[in-house]
Amino acid sequence: MWISLSYACWGISIVLALWMLYDWFKVDTTYAEDVLTSSREGELEAVSEKHRI
Amino acid sequence: MTTTVLEPAIHGDRVSLLRVLGPAHVWALGVGIVLVGEFTGWNFSADKGGALAALIVCWIVGLLYTSVAMIDSEVTSTVAAAGGQYAQAKHIVGPLMAFNVALFLVFAYTMLEVSDAILLGDTIVAKAGVEGLTHNSFIAATIVVLAWLNYRGVLMTLNVNFVITAIAYISIVILFFSVSPWTQGAVLKLNELVTPGNALPYGWIGVIAAFQFGIWYYLGIEGTTQAAEEVRSPARSLPYGTMAGMITLLIAAAMTWYVCASLMPWEYLGITYYPLWDAGKLTGSPLLENLLFIATLLAALASANGCINDAARAWFSLGRDRYLPSWFSAVHPKYRTPYRSILFLLPIALAFAFIADLNQAITFSILSGVLQYTFMSINIMMFRKKWPLGTIRRGYTHPFHPLPAIVLFCLCVVTFFAIFLGFGSQLIAMTIFYFLISLWFHFYRYKFVRRGDQFTMPWPKPQGY
Repeated sequence: MWISLSYACWGISIVLALWMLYDWFKVDTTYAEDVLTSSREGELEAVSEKHRI
Repeated sequence: MTTTVLEPAIHGDRVSLLRVLGPAHVWALGVGIVLVGEFTGWNFSADKGGALAALIVCWIVGLLYTSVAMIDSEVTSTVAAAGGQYAQAKHIVGPLMAFNVALFLVFAYTMLEVSDAILLGDTIVAKAGVEGLTHNSFIAATIVVLAWLNYRGVLMTLNVNFVITAIAYISIVILFFSVSPWTQGAVLKLNELVTPGNALPYGWIGVIAAFQFGIWYYLGIEGTTQAAEEVRSPARSLPYGTMAGMITLLIAAAMTWYVCASLMPWEYLGITYYPLWDAGKLTGSPLLENLLFIATLLAALASANGCINDAARAWFSLGRDRYLPSWFSAVHPKYRTPYRSILFLLPIALAFAFIADLNQAITFSILSGVLQYTFMSINIMMFRKKWPLGTIRRGYTHPFHPLPAIVLFCLCVVTFFAIFLGFGSQLIAMTIFYFLISLWFHFYRYKFVRRGDQFTMPWPKPQGY
């Protein structure tokens, strides 16, 4: 049983790794680089909170 | 006196991390990363200084981490950005410190993830007792499945962490109450196993040496700050989740020491890889034995899961500020996760897990962690000096300043000495590594950074500028 479980672990690892690689390729070829890297630190704080001292 | 006016946040075409987490997720992230330390790691402090030394460092290192949690809660409730201590260092100390802190974070969490995966693989192999069965397949599955979970979204990742961390924690509580802790002699034999003659077999220098592994009781609780950009209310959720996590861990550490030191002689306790699982076996109950076996696996999984989350956010933040190529700062448009950072760190973790041994991985993780805590003690002093109370809005203000910072700094110095006693060459090698990488950043990489863009908090100018 443990040996079978070991093979199942290899199988699951390979399938999920391939799925992530496929999704990565799909996303990178679908969206522009500017959109994917458009996140900015502190954006929400700057927009949504005003500090009054 | 400050007030906050909430208005709708406008994103335009930007793809950002998703704000979906609450205090329970912050708790699950922090305690999830740490709890594995109760299942293995802390007990090696008994080998360094005896059972009583393991208890003394449980309390003193608990003080260190309570200081960490309080300081971190205050700064993070103000600098609410992915990258946690990296973003804090960038705004309060400067870019070079921030770069180093981010590397401390990535190393600490990636090496801890590697240690967790090795532990999980070894635990399954030990349980199976089958000739020819190796831990490699279980290590690969742990790292890849958890990376996939992190890739698919932070909410599900931390929901899973909450459930498995809670189960692992409850198993410690069940073990504690199953051994009649209020009665010595029935199951527990603390007065026979810890006597004045063997309580501190190496004297007080043994207690100092025990600090190195006493860190494992709480290592990683500061990881809660990495969720800052994904919690709905950072100013409220982060202090709540972090402080609740610290209280939870102090209770778990005390229960763990009491049960294990009352069931095993310090000579065995200090060398076993599975103190709680062994405690379950020693009760003679198959139910408790199996429960603690499963809990050991779940704790390792929860820790690795949280580590992948945190290491990826720190790496992502470096890319976003161009401290590393901005390619790493991509956010998945559907799952809203730093998917390239997750994928980049995946093979690195796998490589270390297959080639490194558990002790080396643990030591690198601890070293990077203690470097980070030393920075935090200096950071809070500078933060309070540059932006005194009342000048900016704080979600939480920690009491007794500067006492926690001083305590934290002193305990970090003691821990460095303890690490030097056990792993002096690794300590020197890591110091040289961080020195060389700092030179690379200063003389080469920093010219790519957009200097005006990296400081993002809407704060007034610091005092003295």
